[in-house]
Amino acid sequence: MGEITTWVFFFLIFPGMLFAVFVGLAMSWVDRKVTALVQWRKGPPVTQPLWDVLKLLGKEVIVPAQAWAGGFLAFPFVAFSAVAVAGTFVWMAATGFGPPPMGDLIVVLYLLTVPTLAVILGGAASGNPLGAVGASRDMKLLLAYELPFVIALLVAVFQERVVDGETIRAGTLSLSGLVEFQDLAGSILLRPSGFLAFLVALFCAHAKLGFVPFDLAEAECEIGEGALLEYSGAALALFKLTQAVLLATMPVLLVTVFWGGMDPGVGGVLAFVGKIVLILVLFVLIKNTNPRVRIDQAMRFFWGPVTIVALLALLLAQLGL
Amino acid sequence: MSASTSNRTPGDRRVIQIGPFHPLLEEPVGFELTVEGEKVVHVDACMEYIHKGIERLAQERTYDMVPILLEKICGICSVTHSVCFCNAAEDLLQVEIPPRASYIRTIIGELERLHSHLLWVGLAGHFIGYNTVFMWAWKYREPVCDVFEMLTGHRQNSSLPIVGGVRRDIPESYFPEARRAMDRLDEQVEMLTAAVLDDPVLAARLKGIGVLTPQEVVDWGVVGPTARASGVDTDVRRDEPYAAYEELDWKVITTENGDVFDKAVVRLLEIRESISIIRQCLEKIPGGELNLGQQHIPRGEGIGRYEAPRGEDIHYLRSNGTNMPERLKVRAPSFTNVASFEVSCIGESIADVTITLAACDPCYSCTERTAVVRGVDGRPTHTFQDLVRLSQDKTRALAREMGREPGLNLL
Repeated sequence: MGEITTWVFFFLIFPGMLFAVFVGLAMSWVDRKVTALVQWRKGPPVTQPLWDVLKLLGKEVIVPAQAWAGGFLAFPFVAFSAVAVAGTFVWMAATGFGPPPMGDLIVVLYLLTVPTLAVILGGAASGNPLGAVGASRDMKLLLAYELPFVIALLVAVFQERVVDGETIRAGTLSLSGLVEFQDLAGSILLRPSGFLAFLVALFCAHAKLGFVPFDLAEAECEIGEGALLEYSGAALALFKLTQAVLLATMPVLLVTVFWGGMDPGVGGVLAFVGKIVLILVLFVLIKNTNPRVRIDQAMRFFWGPVTIVALLALLLAQLGL
Repeated sequence: MSASTSNRTPGDRRVIQIGPFHPLLEEPVGFELTVEGEKVVHVDACMEYIHKGIERLAQERTYDMVPILLEKICGICSVTHSVCFCNAAEDLLQVEIPPRASYIRTIIGELERLHSHLLWVGLAGHFIGYNTVFMWAWKYREPVCDVFEMLTGHRQNSSLPIVGGVRRDIPESYFPEARRAMDRLDEQVEMLTAAVLDDPVLAARLKGIGVLTPQEVVDWGVVGPTARASGVDTDVRRDEPYAAYEELDWKVITTENGDVFDKAVVRLLEIRESISIIRQCLEKIPGGELNLGQQHIPRGEGIGRYEAPRGEDIHYLRSNGTNMPERLKVRAPSFTNVASFEVSCIGESIADVTITLAACDPCYSCTERTAVVRGVDGRPTHTFQDLVRLSQDKTRALAREMGREPGLNLL
C-alpha cells in the first residue's frame, strides 16, 4: 500500500506530472524570453505560459462534425500521460530521487514516441485535410529522426573506459546505471564518440520538440498548425502541456545520458540547472536562426548526415574512444 | 473552414483551402490548392472579399479630393496610386510639373518602396518560419515610416500629390535627420542582405522554387520585381520616366533565375538603390513652385504609369470637363502578378507554394474590382455577359450625354 502511494506521488506530484508541468512552463518561458531578446522584443512575463494554459482550459472544446469524437478527445490524454510518465522516469534517474526507477532507456524512448503518435492520430481523427497533411509530415519526421536518435543513445550504452587500470563498461540500458557509470568514468559528452552522439541527439531532440527548422508538422503559415488545427479549449491545452512537459524532459534526458545527471549538494543542483538551461538556450538559438525546411529536406538531413555521424560515433565507441 | 476543405476529388486529390483568413495572408483572399499528397496540381484564386468600390467613389469626388481617396486603395502603396492618378491627369493636360514637386514625389515614392520592400522581407521570413528576420526587418522599417512622418506629417498617407504638383512643401530642416536615417538603414540592409545571401538553409529552401522563365513573364504580363527576378529588364521609372528619375543616377536591378530566392535578392538590392535615390534627391532638390495651381481639367483622357513597389501600376482617366472624373480605371500590379501563380505554383509542394504565393508581394485590396453576389440559389446574380451588356448600355448613355455618336472610340 505504502509503495503504491509513493509511486502515485512520484508520477503525479514530484518529479512527475505537476512538477514537470511547472518546470515545462518555466522552460517555455525561457524559450519565449530568449526568442524575444534575439528578436529585439521585450518578451512575456514569467507567468505568461501558465496564464495561456489556464485560459485555454477554460475555453469551449469544439469537436468538428466530421471528426471521430472519441479518438479526437482521447488522444490528448494519451499524449499527456505518456510524456508525464516518461518525464517522471527521466527526472528520477537524473536527480537520483526516490528508489531506482523502473523505466530504462527503451521504455523512455517508447513513451516519448507516444505523444507524436497521439498528435498524428488526433490530426487524422479530426477529419481535416490540413490535419491529414500535418499528420503525414509528423509521421515522416518521426521515422526520420528516430533511427539516429536510437543510435546516438546506444553510443552511451556501448561506452567503455579504463579507470585505475580497470576497464569498466556502461553496458546498461538503465538510465540510473548510465548516471552511475558517468560518476565513475566522467561525462560521456567529453569523449569524441560521446560528443558526436550528443550532437546527433541534440538535433533529434530538436525535431522531437517540433522547433524550427523542424516545425513543418505545425507550420502555421502553410497548414495552420497541421494536426492541431481543429483542437480547441482543454484538448488543445493538454497538447500544449504535453509540449511543455516534453520540453522539460528532452534536455534532462540529454543531460542524464551524456552529461552525468545531477550531483548531490547545492553546487550539483545549480550545475544541473545550468546544463539544462544551456541546452535549452542552444535549442532556442537554433530555432531562431533558421527557416523551416521542407519535409523531404528534413528526411534527407536525418537519414543522411545525421545517421552517418551517429554510426561514426557508434564505431568510435566500439574502438573505445 | 472544415466543411469546405473535406471535399475529395477523384484520384485521391484533396482540396486545401488557404484563406479567406489564414496566417499566410495579410488580407482576405481565398486560394484553393488541389493537391495530390503534398504536390499541388491546381491553384484557384477567389478574390471578392474586400471590394471597396473605390473607382466608383472616385467618380463622385473632385479632382482635388481624388488623390486623397486613392491613397486608401492600398495599405502600402498610398503614394503609388495618388501619383499614378496625377500622372494620368497630367498626361491628359500635357503639362510638366515644377521640378521641386517632381523631387518631392520621388522622395516619398522611394520612401514608400523602402518600407514596402522591408515589409515584404519580414513577411517572407515569417512565412518560412524565420521569425527573427520578420522582427528585424520590421524594426528596420520603423525609422523609414518615421522619416515619412517627419517629412509629410503622416507615416503612410501623405496627401501630398495633387494634379499639377504637390499640395505642401516638405521641411528642409528635417533633411539632416532623414540623411542620418538613410545612412543607418543602408548599413542595416547591407547586413541583412549579406545574411540572406550567405544563409545555406535559406538557399536550400528558396532556390529553384516558384520559377518563372522570362517567356512566362512575358506571356503572363508579370511586372515589377517579380519580372526583374527572371531577368526581364522592365521598370517604368526608366522606361517612361516620371517625377525626377531621369535626373538621378540609379540602376534597374535584375537577376537571372526567377525563383523565390532571386525575388528576395532583387527586393533587397532595390532597397539599397532606393536609399541612394533618396540621398541624391535630398542633395539636389531645387527650390521653386510646388504646383501649377491647376484648377480645371478639360475633356479628354489620360493614362498614368507608375512603378509601384510591386510593379507597374496603370491608371486610366476620362474627364468630361466637369470637376469630377467621368471614369477612373485602376490596374494594380498584383492584377497580372497573381495570375502567374497558374505557372509558378503547379507541381510544387505545399510548403513551396505558400512562399511562392507570397513571393510576388500580392496586394489583394488593390486588385479587387468585383464582388460576386450570389442569390439564394447559390448562383451569381449577374453573369459575365450581363455585366458586359450593362457596361455597353452605360457607355451608350454616356455617349449620348456627351453629345457624341456611340461609335469608333467609345464602343
